[in-house]
Amino acid sequence: MNIFIFGLVNSVILALMASGFALVYGVSRLANFAHGALYILAGFATWLFLNRLGINYIGSIFLSIIIVSIIGGAIYRFLLIRVKGMPASEIIASLAIGIAIMELFRWRGFISEAYMLPPFVAGSVSIAGVVIDWQRLIIIGVGLAMMLSLWLFTHHTKVGLSLRAIAQDKHASMMSGIEPDRTAVIALAMGSALAGVAAVVILPLGNITVETGYMVLIDAIAVCIIGGLGSWAGVLAGAFLLGFSRILTAAFIGPHWQMVVVLLFIILTLILKPSGLLGRQKELEERV
Amino acid sequence: MNKNVILQVKGVNKSFGGVKAIHHVSFDLLKGEILGIIGPNGSGKTTLVNLITGFVKADSGLVFAEGKKLSGLPPYKIAGLGIVRTFQIPRPYHSLSAMKNLVVPLYSSRIMRTIGGKLGDRDTVALDILEEIGFERDAHVPYKHASTFPEGYLKRLELARCLALRPHVIIMDELFSGLSVSEITAMIPIVEKLQMNGMTIIMVEHRVRELFQIAHRVMVMNFGEKIAEDVPDAIIKSEIVKQAYLGVT
Amino acid sequence: MDEKIRRRERLDRGIKVRTEGIYAISSWRGIAYTSLPTAAFVLGLLIIPLAVTSMTWQKIIIIACVFAFLALSFDFLAHFVGIVCLGGAFFTGVGGYISGVLNSAFGVPLVITIPIATIGGAVICTLFLLPCLPMRGIYFAIVSLMYPLLFARVIQALDIFGGTDGLPGLATFPNTWVELYLILPMILILTFGLRRLVNEDFGIVLRAIKDNDQAVRASNINITWYKMKAVFLGSAIGCFAGAYLAHLYGWVGISLFALDFSIFPIAATVVGGVGTLVGPVIGAIILTMFSEMLREFGPLRVVFYSLILAGLVILNTGGLVPYLQRKYYQFEHWIEI
Repeated sequence: MNIFIFGLVNSVILALMASGFALVYGVSRLANFAHGALYILAGFATWLFLNRLGINYIGSIFLSIIIVSIIGGAIYRFLLIRVKGMPASEIIASLAIGIAIMELFRWRGFISEAYMLPPFVAGSVSIAGVVIDWQRLIIIGVGLAMMLSLWLFTHHTKVGLSLRAIAQDKHASMMSGIEPDRTAVIALAMGSALAGVAAVVILPLGNITVETGYMVLIDAIAVCIIGGLGSWAGVLAGAFLLGFSRILTAAFIGPHWQMVVVLLFIILTLILKPSGLLGRQKELEERV
Repeated sequence: MNKNVILQVKGVNKSFGGVKAIHHVSFDLLKGEILGIIGPNGSGKTTLVNLITGFVKADSGLVFAEGKKLSGLPPYKIAGLGIVRTFQIPRPYHSLSAMKNLVVPLYSSRIMRTIGGKLGDRDTVALDILEEIGFERDAHVPYKHASTFPEGYLKRLELARCLALRPHVIIMDELFSGLSVSEITAMIPIVEKLQMNGMTIIMVEHRVRELFQIAHRVMVMNFGEKIAEDVPDAIIKSEIVKQAYLGVT
Repeated sequence: MDEKIRRRERLDRGIKVRTEGIYAISSWRGIAYTSLPTAAFVLGLLIIPLAVTSMTWQKIIIIACVFAFLALSFDFLAHFVGIVCLGGAFFTGVGGYISGVLNSAFGVPLVITIPIATIGGAVICTLFLLPCLPMRGIYFAIVSLMYPLLFARVIQALDIFGGTDGLPGLATFPNTWVELYLILPMILILTFGLRRLVNEDFGIVLRAIKDNDQAVRASNINITWYKMKAVFLGSAIGCFAGAYLAHLYGWVGISLFALDFSIFPIAATVVGGVGTLVGPVIGAIILTMFSEMLREFGPLRVVFYSLILAGLVILNTGGLVPYLQRKYYQFEHWIEI
């Protein structure tokens, strides 16, 4: 039971971390390597608003999510748009931007134990004999709410439908009056906002450190590779597979081995099914 | 089995998602002939070429070459057996000169295995092939970068890449498309010469008039199915083909 | 396959073919003009260490050379094979650890550990990167970026190879001159060797894979096999740099897997000019000196060179060497008429 609950929490955490990355890649085929940086940016921004500017907790959370999403959109609109269609340049540029953001925080001295966000609701609760703190339950709740609202957004709003249209067939959607650049800006803003949401609900579990940014990037990419790049169900499957296997490893073999398991899963995925669990690899199709 | 059959396609199927691109197509290719494949847009001609050459895996059905199973082999191995193809949209190596484009097939294991070290300087062999196929050496055409060539030269470069592999079977995927009438008239003797030199040729074409001049047999496809296979004269008269092309019922 | 094929071949043809026409130099001035840049590069690299007297700057040159190795590896893979490798740190880490473990656990001298680490490390790196070679797109970049980070975590977590503390007390080089004149000629050999390689038939195949992998597959060439050879070469270069670093510091630790080794060489390549092979070396030297001048800023240096990298990539500048090359070829002079 213990394993089940913590596995569930861990899986939802991974899904939340990966969803922003997966959204951006799915819509605009852009691997946003600044994802981890945007994640800790949201964390530090919330901390700053809360402790330096004295805004209340809910206010600073919303403010920082909005700011992160604006920054994410701006990164695409003003920087990455110039290298679109060149995957190598996109990756290098976004990674460099991400590192610049993260190392800027390190330089400003955001590396001590002092940087942590308070949990939304303090204390813990006992479910079926397992003691679990409220924050973890909130994470599950937020995760489910995010998935549901994303589904509603992409299936029942005009903007959401245009995102899916671009993801499926760029040229056909361009001909139906959807502008890919604007859609990509929206996708990046949304992906960043998702990173922000993930940050503010997950970070209260521990300290905010610069290393978290790198770890989140690795985790997000690992989930996407294992589940299948550009597939929503794949993100969930990858998150659950990785989440549960990590908890199982920690419980039965030792917490040190978690990273080894991640590495092993990635290598196995690439060897056995390179397109990921639920990813569809595009077959080479010339115009018939 | 008939000794003259060089390539045998047996009931191949392929669907992309829900769309049936190829539905149970079978045909035999006889040694030394030119087989034309025609059909309206989207009738699965290029997919058929992709299936034979291994670029796309068939859902079911088999392809044999001289009794050897091709299905399941990766494209480079099929090319190694001497069954090579051109691409409908030419795929040159843009950053290399035309001559260096041919160094790639000349470096292949098929060429290394058959004539290996006796080949001499690959650049020179490449020049000879290019000259044969109409790259004027006096005007330094073979030294120009592939990115500067017009469509006609790119199509010829595609053909030259195939010839460099010394193939038995060449599958030409819409060699004439995008070419002007005069370019096509220049190309036809080249194709005929290849056939006379003993190569077997499949021509996937839209330019029916030119194709019927040189093809020995023609196969017609529509909606992923083979609807007719006969000599050109019979195909022209066939009602079923008229229906497919003109939509007359 | 015993058929004999004979062909008449003109002697001058191959030469003309390779030089793309007739190319004659008729004067000493012409010879000087064409060979000056190369001579300046070679002599410059060999003389720099003699020109700078302080120990610190000699060390800086050595570090620049290590980064030049990684930058060469990146440039070769990215521009001539079309593999974007963000895992320079993976190569240095693997090379360094092999060398370190051999030296500290088995007492193998560094003359032997460095070659073993170069070859063995390249084998290991290639094996790990093999699964993503048949994949197109961004997989290689992602996976190669992740490996060093994961490996560092794994070493830390399992507490193997000295864990967080690393392995101290490795054999070091006798003196700075050995360090310098081991790596400088290697850089020259590598730069010109790679330049030669990419114009050989083997290199032509690699470049063709970059241009159009489907057409290469249709030409009876197993692209995964060729990509593997290229990655082996690239990672051998990186592993040598790692093993060299390990013996330079007399220490290996998880900082050999640090992201700097991945990002800095890419920045150096972009500064110097992608696809020139000389550019990465010059870029590495410039960037290391620049980074040294900014020493007092501490962690901010990383921010600086990430921003330089992002800026140059986004603005799509050609880099320094292509710019200088263009200027040099446009060089005009007055003549009497």
